[in-house]
Amino acid sequence: MRGAGIRGEDRGKDCAAAGANGGAMTTAALPIAARAPRRVPVTLRVVASVAGVTAAEPARAFPDADSAAWVAALAATGPARDQAVARLHALLLRAARFELRRRGARADLDDLATQAADDALVAILAKLRTYRGQSRFTTWAYKFALLEAGAKARRRAWQGREVVLADESWALLATPGNGPGHSAETAELLDAVRAAIDTVLTPHQRAVLIAVTLQDVPIDVLAERLDTTRGALYKTLHDARRKLRAALTLRGLSPDTEATP
Amino acid sequence: MSDARLSHERLAQVLGPSGPELTCEACFEHLDRYVELERGGAGAETAVPGMRAHLEGCPACAEDRAALHALLDAAGP
Repeated sequence: MRGAGIRGEDRGKDCAAAGANGGAMTTAALPIAARAPRRVPVTLRVVASVAGVTAAEPARAFPDADSAAWVAALAATGPARDQAVARLHALLLRAARFELRRRGARADLDDLATQAADDALVAILAKLRTYRGQSRFTTWAYKFALLEAGAKARRRAWQGREVVLADESWALLATPGNGPGHSAETAELLDAVRAAIDTVLTPHQRAVLIAVTLQDVPIDVLAERLDTTRGALYKTLHDARRKLRAALTLRGLSPDTEATP
Repeated sequence: MSDARLSHERLAQVLGPSGPELTCEACFEHLDRYVELERGGAGAETAVPGMRAHLEGCPACAEDRAALHALLDAAGP
């Protein structure tokens, strides 16, 4: 693989929101009808190759009256819904501003916050039916605003910066010297990891692994540059890690015990 | 940071979590519930298995979790 540069342009494409903005727009009422308390296994989606994981679904339909009121108002029609949407947008805007300030954003803060709130609102209204009351409604809504604000902040920080997918980058996985904390086992493990990166990964897996884990390129920034989604890139990263671990195991090395200082 | 620690941390980032983990999409789907359970001292990982491993392996999702905690801290009870 030769080094390849990808320069970021703010294309306004929100790859980071993969999984957050899907679904059809709807204002239909949620299934608020009281459910009998129950605990049923729910199979969560896990990265391919790992076993299915189950979780117990909470018994409550809604955690509090405020959450039920939010859902009822957003599922209503006419002025009541308009007012609820306006209140929700204000809530999302405050959340987005908070997150951007927390990240130290200065330039274009209001513009970025408004974009984040707008995008979060669209996503929330599209996904309203999926809110199952497993948290307070405001907590559920906040995560959309924070996702959008975080992704926009990361993209803004990397705007104009080149991501170099160079095959020399795993030199960043420094060869330890002979000082305290360094051991022959650690050196052997590092050598084995470098060799595995070079031999068992596909060029795409190698590029994604290096960019995200060694060059600290945010995964949603890389997703935008590669015209894919955050979820798809993480799947690639997961597969690459799995291959590396398998290669280490074949050599009789134990990554989890050796990787701990 | 010492070279040794840097190498170990980089190794951990490169190799990622060892156990089963959620996808980014599933992480986002369950993030609100997970964070509220964490704040309530309940068994978040038991309720959402695979979440902790994913948060260890995915810096962006870990940032989203930290952001939600920070916002709820600021918002109060």
